[in-house]
Amino acid sequence: MNQGLSNQGLSIRGLVKEYVPGQPVLRGINLEIAAQGITAVIGPSGTGKSTLIRCINRLVEPTAGQVSLNGQEITALRGTALRLARRRIGMVFQEYNLVERLSVMENLLCGRLGYVPVWRAWLRRYPASDIARAFDLLEAVGLPDHAMRRADALSGGQRQRVGIARALMQAPELLLADEPTSSLDPKTAVEVLELLARLTGAAGVPVIINIHNVDLAKRFAQRIIGMAGGAVVFDGPPEALEASHLRQIYGGEDWL
Amino acid sequence: MSPALAREWRRFTPAQRLGRWGVWLAMVAACAWAARSIDIIPEFLADAPEQMMDLLVRMWPPNLAHYYPTVHGALVETLHIATLGTILSFGLALPVALLAARNVCRNRALNTLAQLVLVASRSVNSLVWALIFVAVFGPGPAAGTFAIAFRSVGFVGKLLAEAMEEAAPGPLEALRATGAPWASVMLKALWPQVQPAFWGVALFRWDINVRESAVLGLVGAGGIGVVLDDAINFFHWDRVATVLLAVLAVVVVAEVVVTRIRARLL
Repeated sequence: MNQGLSNQGLSIRGLVKEYVPGQPVLRGINLEIAAQGITAVIGPSGTGKSTLIRCINRLVEPTAGQVSLNGQEITALRGTALRLARRRIGMVFQEYNLVERLSVMENLLCGRLGYVPVWRAWLRRYPASDIARAFDLLEAVGLPDHAMRRADALSGGQRQRVGIARALMQAPELLLADEPTSSLDPKTAVEVLELLARLTGAAGVPVIINIHNVDLAKRFAQRIIGMAGGAVVFDGPPEALEASHLRQIYGGEDWL
Repeated sequence: MSPALAREWRRFTPAQRLGRWGVWLAMVAACAWAARSIDIIPEFLADAPEQMMDLLVRMWPPNLAHYYPTVHGALVETLHIATLGTILSFGLALPVALLAARNVCRNRALNTLAQLVLVASRSVNSLVWALIFVAVFGPGPAAGTFAIAFRSVGFVGKLLAEAMEEAAPGPLEALRATGAPWASVMLKALWPQVQPAFWGVALFRWDINVRESAVLGLVGAGGIGVVLDDAINFFHWDRVATVLLAVLAVVVVAEVVVTRIRARLL
């Protein structure tokens, strides 16, 4: 209902990041991303895709510019306020980043740590509603019998399913996915992306996904953002992405 | 120059050879200097085997009747000192280790301060710590327990901090991204990764502390060292033998038990 309002969704203005002063990795990014659908960010390695996504939840501190989510300016937050804002943003990682020695169930419950007091987490006395939600999500990602298994006993595809479930445990308003399929085989990659698209579509969560594979990006995203040299060089629907754009994004043409 | 000569190969360059020769020279010089400074008296060196034989003869047979209750009670006290001292040292070392680990505490000054505390703890021998705590608490096992704890802090803290720094950063980043408070991130992302090292260090240090606490009695800090000291002072060499055998037995048993448990942890 609120999708028409300008303060809904993610708004990035003049985002600059310099790890080394004078050498910007991101050169003034401006993006408006609607509060629904999948947006894929494509571009060569080292062009700042990961940095862009990490500037949104401030795992990386932007050098300049503003990021706002649903009207709240995240770049202005500090301390507890930043922590509370991060609860609203789920994240999925290339290397899954599960806690290997914990069970699948506890990895899912880690998604609720922003809401659960420390003493409850310590004594493992999570609210019953969180545990029920975790079982529901385990079923949704197709791992209903794996709750008690340790995360390091799972295959790559299973781990990423747990990673997606953990992010959705937060009931996020935005999901960030940093190369979620780069460590997976082609078949598993498609399965994981299908799952991600289905679950976030059902929950109405917008997704920003960094991805190397242009075909997968075109297949699953409603919008594609092409980056090169720390700037946006293409922004449009998958149908509009042509060979000339890919040449501009990745350079050269022998590979096309 | 012929091609055959150009293909000649040597393991070290001339500069490296000179350097290696210099290191050897320095080592020999250090040994010679050390031997001169410890003042070996030739007559004493000559009759050392005789003296050793004499001591062994006086020790044999060990006075095993002396074991219970005197040696036994002191031995149990030694184990208590080692165990309580180890637990206490972990309580002290954990916060220092958190401050020393550079991936946990981002403040360089605090890292350095914590490292300094750990080095200071290790630089003081447990006998010296015992002397200090005997002065504070008076003679007895309390002084021994604190001596063991304060000596262990440096060892335990250093190894825990290293285990923390070796933890994979991915899970920590993931939990920070969920908006979890710092304590929850440490509890759920760091602790599971550090846990095996934690128990390994705890057992290893307890094993060391059983041996260390056996000598603390020499300075009056309780345990079996008190009995040993008394026996030596009264020239009861058969009792000395009993004490030494008892310590040997306990150390061997501790070693076996700890090795087995550690093997299961990894």
